[in-house]
Amino acid sequence: MSVPQDTATAQAAPPSPTPPTSGSGEPHGRRWNGVGWGFLVKLVLMAIVNAFGLMGIFAAAQAQSWIIFGAAVLLLAAADIVYFTKRALPLKYLLPGLGFLLVFQVFIFGYTAYIAFTNYGAGHVGSQEQAVQAALSQGERRVEGSPTFPLAVVEQGGTLGFAIVEDGEIKAGSAEAPLSVVGTTTAAGAPAEVPGWTIVPRNDIISDQDLQKEVIALRVPVSDDPNAGSIRTNDGSSGSIYRSTLEWDAASQTITDTATGTVYRATDSGNFASDDGTMLPTGWTVHVGFDNFVRLFTDPAMISPLATVTLWTFAWAILSVLVPFAMGLIFAIIFNDERIKGRKILRTLFILPYAFPAFMSALLFRGMFNAEFGVINEFFFGGMNIDWLGDPWLARFAVLFVNVWLTYPYYFLVCTGAIQALPSDALEAASIDGAGRVRQLRSIILPLVLVATAPLLISSFAFSFNNFTIIYMFNNGGPAIPGAPYALGSTDILISAIWDISGVSGGKADYGLASALSILVFIVVGLISALAFRQTKKLEEYQ
Amino acid sequence: MRKMGIGIAALAATGLLLAGCSSTPPATTPTETEEAIDASGVTLTVWTDENRKPAIEAAAATFEEETGGKIELVQKNFEDIRTDFTNQVPTGEGPDITIGAHDWLGSLVQAGVVSPVDLTDTASSFAPVSLDAFTYEGQLYALPYSLETIALIQNTELVGDDAPATWDDAIAAADAAGAKRPIVINTGGQTGDAYTMYGFQTSFGAPVFVSDADGYTSEVGMGGEAGTAFAEWLGANGEKGTGDISTTIDYDTNNELFASGDAAYTVQGPWAIEALTADGVEIKVNPIPSAGGETASPFVGVQGFYVSSQSENALVAQEFLTKYLATYDAQKALYEADPRIPAWNDLATEVSSDPVIAGFVASSQNGVPMPNIPEMGSVWDLWNAAQVQIIKGADPAGTWDKMITDLQALIG
Repeated sequence: MSVPQDTATAQAAPPSPTPPTSGSGEPHGRRWNGVGWGFLVKLVLMAIVNAFGLMGIFAAAQAQSWIIFGAAVLLLAAADIVYFTKRALPLKYLLPGLGFLLVFQVFIFGYTAYIAFTNYGAGHVGSQEQAVQAALSQGERRVEGSPTFPLAVVEQGGTLGFAIVEDGEIKAGSAEAPLSVVGTTTAAGAPAEVPGWTIVPRNDIISDQDLQKEVIALRVPVSDDPNAGSIRTNDGSSGSIYRSTLEWDAASQTITDTATGTVYRATDSGNFASDDGTMLPTGWTVHVGFDNFVRLFTDPAMISPLATVTLWTFAWAILSVLVPFAMGLIFAIIFNDERIKGRKILRTLFILPYAFPAFMSALLFRGMFNAEFGVINEFFFGGMNIDWLGDPWLARFAVLFVNVWLTYPYYFLVCTGAIQALPSDALEAASIDGAGRVRQLRSIILPLVLVATAPLLISSFAFSFNNFTIIYMFNNGGPAIPGAPYALGSTDILISAIWDISGVSGGKADYGLASALSILVFIVVGLISALAFRQTKKLEEYQ
Repeated sequence: MRKMGIGIAALAATGLLLAGCSSTPPATTPTETEEAIDASGVTLTVWTDENRKPAIEAAAATFEEETGGKIELVQKNFEDIRTDFTNQVPTGEGPDITIGAHDWLGSLVQAGVVSPVDLTDTASSFAPVSLDAFTYEGQLYALPYSLETIALIQNTELVGDDAPATWDDAIAAADAAGAKRPIVINTGGQTGDAYTMYGFQTSFGAPVFVSDADGYTSEVGMGGEAGTAFAEWLGANGEKGTGDISTTIDYDTNNELFASGDAAYTVQGPWAIEALTADGVEIKVNPIPSAGGETASPFVGVQGFYVSSQSENALVAQEFLTKYLATYDAQKALYEADPRIPAWNDLATEVSSDPVIAGFVASSQNGVPMPNIPEMGSVWDLWNAAQVQIIKGADPAGTWDKMITDLQALIG
């Protein structure tokens, strides 16, 4: 099978829409005006697309997610316009791809960039209102030795209150009026009748969510002394005495601890902090501008490990492209020679690693590289305990070996196709002129193969730069760099470092910092790819 | 224009058809019993993992029958629950109840996503250590249901039933029996596993955080002489020493070596029993032997049900927890679905008739709960890494001291 030399570049532009003409200037399709089978099929497909789109739009409107609503409306309108107008032919082919690009790349990038400018992470996940609510609820303590009273929710003239039974006495009160005795009872359990108040049936509370919230937030003081605490219920049928020590003042944005007198002020970094530095545990998300980006370059604990990781990432990406390509090219040239016996079988064997999933191979190789029990140490090194996974440089070599093993068949296939498409007369002419094999390789084969494969190499570089799977499955980033935060290791690449920093795998989450690093990685990879693509245009001169 | 007209009509018809297909929940008739509330129209969302889902379904069925409310069980990966819960609750899209481990409590409180739980009378039915584990700064935040801890598991054919009192006794017994490896301990490969080593570390008197009357403080307690002594011991038994502790042993290798009879002892939890006895090895579960002279106190982990702070149906959620999950039947169902040590006292005594569980219960009685303070999450990376380096032969005292300094700077 021969691959045409302009395949790669031709893939960039959509195939020509007009069918080959026969006869007069305008193609016969342009003159067709009726409702044919093609139009009916298009109608059915567009009806399905519209149905799903409308369903999504209604659901988004119901759930009040206006961004999704807006995006769905725009995409649906665009699809309808593009597919029913006679013009805009390239867009008809490109629209699904563009749609997915917008949703899964542009939006993701935009959202990541947004997060990168905030301090979203452990301790800063909600809004300030939620942080206040959390602080107040955490500041409440059940009074030691407070018994659990059977409780009923009551109301009087529109004000909610609680009625409890304590030692045979029914006491009732509301948020403003402390508990006072209103009657006696001999029955156990919540009071069935409270003089002066009407009982709110529990089922009414359950079915009304706003009422539920009011009941949970209600605090009825036990007596006039604020230090005695107040009654609170969590389930609507029993209550205990709690004492709250924190008070929120919205005007001055402070929380005051009434027990100790400490005042916690809302700071710009999304915490409540007192003057001596102690902070309440729950914070909120705030915009921090470029802080995350600056921190990546100035935090002393992180600079050195991150620099190591960055250098290794570039080395990893470059080697993961060059070495397999070189191997693939050499094998392709070798197997192109008809003098080799059993070419077909050997070719199949050499392509076999391509069939193995990267995930599974990485895990298997990890087992094989085990210093004590691994197959590699036993068979090839006679039982020596070479610490493949524990020594930084050996681990890097090992993971590179695994990646090369997995990748070279791909280049072998591509180069085989490219070489078979080479003009044999050019090679003959070169050998007549006296060029040796190496000169032929350098001056004829390599440039012509590069024309076909350069875009592949560039996209491979971008892929290897972010090849999380192999690094994570093989050694989880490798032997840890001593003293590095987030357990950054010697085989960590930037993308797995982002994974460690984000805390998704279970550490302290810092999504803001991880997002900032992601944006930087995107910019780096994007720049390199863009520059490299421009360079490949020069190769087209060889055609 | 006519073409467009047909198109639009067809689109509109199909669109309306499909949009109208969204299902409305069927109205449930409320069943009212004497005590049960009428929760018809209320749906509680509960997150669980695949092990516990069938168990909670039983309690959910009773709840739905008696109150008319609905319980929606969402199955998730246990490892994903903590992060997802923390991120989703503030947006309002989180569940009402979720299962979880007690060491998440600090970070959940820091995120403000859990609200306190009031167990009223049923509190006395639970083991005190399980309630303590879920208490942070004086408030109880979850309904516990099981405990887990690791223990020493020994091959009775090789070394018999007796529990070795110290590490040296264990090694001696294994050598006398002629085992290929005296003991295998999972070190998590190159990542390190300070969790499994903790029993030995506390036997030197070096707890991870200093405790006071209220529980754990945020002061690192594994420094000083005790910590250095542990580090020296670890180095002496590591790859450059006796070789008993090695970074080549990860979880699967550990179980494999014990199950094949190569190792006489191992330190594992109840989740590994199946793998360890897969090839017919007879085992006995004993408390972890001391290596440094004091009692070995491994980490005890407690699992329970948290309530979301942004739940729209907080009263019903509490009702479900206290009246339907805090019952003997529900706890028994949970135990049968995922056998760990039950936190329900009566159930714990009942299942101790199984010698394996009894062994873990004995080990847990020596154990200490994992700290649930927020600082705990930051400790693991540096702690694991330092242990790996010491096992591989780095200078024990120096590496350990550097780790302590780094930790103090991080937590500080």
